[in-house]
Amino acid sequence: MTTHYLVLSALLFAIGAVGVLLRRNAIVVFMCVELMLNACNLAFVTFARQHGNLDGQLIAFFVMVVAAAEVVIGLAIIVMIFRTRRSASVDDANLLKY
Amino acid sequence: MESPVEIIPHAGGAVGSSWLMIALPLLGAAVLLLGGRRTDRWGHLLGVAMSLGAFAVAVASFVELLGLSPAERRRGIGLFEFIPGMADLGLLIDPLSISFALLITGVGSLIHIYSIGYMSHDHDRRRFFAYLNLFVAAMLLLVLSDNYLGLFIGWEGVGLASYLLIGFWQFKPSAATAAKKAFIVNRVGDFGLLIGIFTIWTTFGSLAFRDLGADVATQASEGTLTAIGLLLLVGACGKSAQLPLQAWLLDAMEGPTPVSALIHAATMVTAGVYLVVRSGAFFEAAPTAQLVVTIVGVATLLAGAIIGCAKDDIKKGLAGSTMSQIGYMMLGAGLGPVGYAFAIGHLITHGFFKANMFLGAGSVMHAMNDEVDMRRYGGLFSVMKITAVTFVIGYLAIIGFPLLSGYYTKEGIIETAMHHNPVLGWLAVLGAGLTGFYMSRMVFMTFFGKKRWADDAHPHESPAVMTWPLIILSIGSIGLGAFLVLGNRFATFLAPAVGAPAELPETHVFGVGPAALATLALVAAGAAFAWMRYGAAEVPAVAPRGSFLTAFARRDLYGDALNESLFMRPGQWLTRLSVFFDNRGIDGLVNGLAAGIGGTSGRLRRVQTGYVRSYALSIFFGAAVVACALLYVGNM
Amino acid sequence: MGEAITFWVLAVVSVAAALGLVFSRKAVYSALMLGLVMLSLAVLYAVQDAPFLAAVQIIVYTGAVMMLFLFVLMLVGVDSSDSLVETIKGQRFWAMVAGLGFAALLTLGIGNVLFTPAVGVGQVTQAKGGNIPALAEMIFTRHVFAFEVTSALLITAALGAMVLAHRERVRPKATQRDLARARFSGPQPSPLPGPGTYALHNAIDMPALLPDGSVSAKSINRVLARHELEDDFTPTDPEKAAMIREALAKGEAEEREHGVEPEQPIQAKDAVIKEDGQ
Repeated sequence: MTTHYLVLSALLFAIGAVGVLLRRNAIVVFMCVELMLNACNLAFVTFARQHGNLDGQLIAFFVMVVAAAEVVIGLAIIVMIFRTRRSASVDDANLLKY
Repeated sequence: MESPVEIIPHAGGAVGSSWLMIALPLLGAAVLLLGGRRTDRWGHLLGVAMSLGAFAVAVASFVELLGLSPAERRRGIGLFEFIPGMADLGLLIDPLSISFALLITGVGSLIHIYSIGYMSHDHDRRRFFAYLNLFVAAMLLLVLSDNYLGLFIGWEGVGLASYLLIGFWQFKPSAATAAKKAFIVNRVGDFGLLIGIFTIWTTFGSLAFRDLGADVATQASEGTLTAIGLLLLVGACGKSAQLPLQAWLLDAMEGPTPVSALIHAATMVTAGVYLVVRSGAFFEAAPTAQLVVTIVGVATLLAGAIIGCAKDDIKKGLAGSTMSQIGYMMLGAGLGPVGYAFAIGHLITHGFFKANMFLGAGSVMHAMNDEVDMRRYGGLFSVMKITAVTFVIGYLAIIGFPLLSGYYTKEGIIETAMHHNPVLGWLAVLGAGLTGFYMSRMVFMTFFGKKRWADDAHPHESPAVMTWPLIILSIGSIGLGAFLVLGNRFATFLAPAVGAPAELPETHVFGVGPAALATLALVAAGAAFAWMRYGAAEVPAVAPRGSFLTAFARRDLYGDALNESLFMRPGQWLTRLSVFFDNRGIDGLVNGLAAGIGGTSGRLRRVQTGYVRSYALSIFFGAAVVACALLYVGNM
Repeated sequence: MGEAITFWVLAVVSVAAALGLVFSRKAVYSALMLGLVMLSLAVLYAVQDAPFLAAVQIIVYTGAVMMLFLFVLMLVGVDSSDSLVETIKGQRFWAMVAGLGFAALLTLGIGNVLFTPAVGVGQVTQAKGGNIPALAEMIFTRHVFAFEVTSALLITAALGAMVLAHRERVRPKATQRDLARARFSGPQPSPLPGPGTYALHNAIDMPALLPDGSVSAKSINRVLARHELEDDFTPTDPEKAAMIREALAKGEAEEREHGVEPEQPIQAKDAVIKEDGQ
């Protein structure tokens, strides 16, 4: 079963990555990032069971905590950008370039 | 043969405080240069006072020196350690250096006084006196120093002062150019001197004159000594305007006339003669070098005389004459101890009568609105009697009119040369004849004949502050030669410093030898020819084209043309080549590299689109590559 | 067997939901899809002997994080949907290439590994008396420093969010007096006309009628009207529909004229929601 879980995790991760690359709405991009994090968590939990110790679960727990903090800050930034620029598109914020 | 005596350490007395001679003018220069415009009102007085103070110290030292027995007359005064283990700065007061010190401070003070009047209309008079004081200090350091290092410092100091004073009217492009020319030509000579000093240091391990006595011949091979002698001669040629480094002196006349009198006639240009005499030990041990010195002297005395014959500019005529007379001194200095006394004696009398004539020329120019062309003079005798009489006295002295100063000293050199080598002697006689011609020409064109003045010229006698120095100098021009030479007075005095021949030559009030008579005859012929051409005949106001020889002499024997084609043009080509190489080669490489990097970056920066999704894509590709690599490594 | 069935069902659901998250045009749908994925994963955690993580997944992710997403979506516009035109040249193609390549790579890599049968965490948890005591012991012993640092991180994040979202008041708060003065010096002292008074509807999205039977532009709620236009939900009466369109266009033109952020000191107190709601 381990292989199945890992393949599922890889698929979810790849889908999330494609989402980050394709979507322009910053919130959706953010959701895709969350999806990738969750895919990783699945892999961690799977490996924890595979190896018979709880380290994987512990890491997954910490990932969740950090992701929560990240979401809070990220969304606050998105709101602020939206307030000033009237847009949540990541393509609109492209001033930092050559 | 009598060698120089030992140098005895000395302290106290006037000799012990002879450093004041250098310190006083140096202080004057410092006050005047640093004080700026505040010192404008009394600056010239301070300059004169400092110069007179130095003269007083020199006289006091001289008197004290005379009180000692001849064997004790070389006194060394240690001042301070200069370069540890190499050279201590100290002074050497001996008959040779004190003679120079008296000449420099005495004539220098007279010229200082004269300059008060001559420069009275120049608003930069203070600066002028500051430079004059600086010159006096440097020149005294040159002649009083007891080692080659101190001598070199003074040597460079007078070079600097000469540069500053030639270019004193630097707003005139010709003056600025002449100053630079003098400086650069002197660099060539200084380079030779410097290498000579290096050679002395590496060969003998000391630069002090006390260690470089007559025994140098036993410490080094003759080849080394010849090399040292020739290198010192290069330095002497540069400073004394001897062939082949003579080109700067004629242009140096762009400076104010007192400068020409003090630096470019009486003192600085004779530093080369001093160097040769002071380094006598080397030259006496290297006959080849001595021979070269005499050849250079004779060549220069003829070249200077020929140039002097063709110049219409009174100062340039005198400059040619200076070259020629220093040629005589060089000739004398190259003849060994017999010639030293005559060379230095001629140097001192020349200092008087040439300064006399230069100041006289300055007085004439002062009267003629700074006109220097002798073809615009004529008949000035009647309007400026004092100047004319003193000038004529100087003239008679320089051509060797019997019983006047120049007669004895120049005659001595000619006689000695005749003994040594008849060819040199007869060439010197020929030079004396030429001197008779060109100096007579100058006097006749300036003071006699018809008036050829410019319309707005109103010549008048100069003020007393200018004529008194002329009178004093002319007294020296009359009597100094006889005083020094008769009875070998000067030769005996100098003997402790430079050595003396076993047998001093006989001296006569009026020589009757073949050389003396031939000289007199040639001088008389030259003067008569000059009277025919320039005294009795009409002098055209515009110079006629003249023969090939005249053109040759007018253009300074093509000295400048030679320098130009031999050094300047190749130098310019080299410069252009370097510039071309620098622009195309080095700059091309550097610029090409920079342009290449710039262009590459310009294209590469297009990658920075500002779209975060593009960056994410590249990160993702990077992650894929890393995953690929990990899998590959894991499967190996 | 039970685990296999659960896995296959949830795998299909979660992959489909993930695809839906990426490819749905509306952000709200994306959010809901993400919630679905998270719930599926929570179940999968539970199946894999991680009951604590399953609970935390539901509480933290599905509960807190998803709520936060939905709140922000509400603030920045629920209705905002991405345009389908890709602006960066080659981005779509290369993103697909990279995604597929990456997925294939990982799948191949994982597929090449021969796993022994899973050990399972049962032994460890039983020794400690359950999953949660076992995790707790690890957190509070070996990883206590990381745990404490995490708490600092969370506090920092909370403060950061407050600082970022905070808006400095640039002018004093409007008093009741100011509000009254502004109202009476403005163009409309009276209240705006209420919504519709149709015989059949008095819903909030129905405009009021003036005595002559025409639509009062002032009574139109522009937010609702825009939605209705988008969804083709206009009144059947073409005249009224035209009037709604006209009023909407007029309102929007006015808004443009006054600039993106109209100077409205009276409404300063609820400015955040009003402005962000547009």
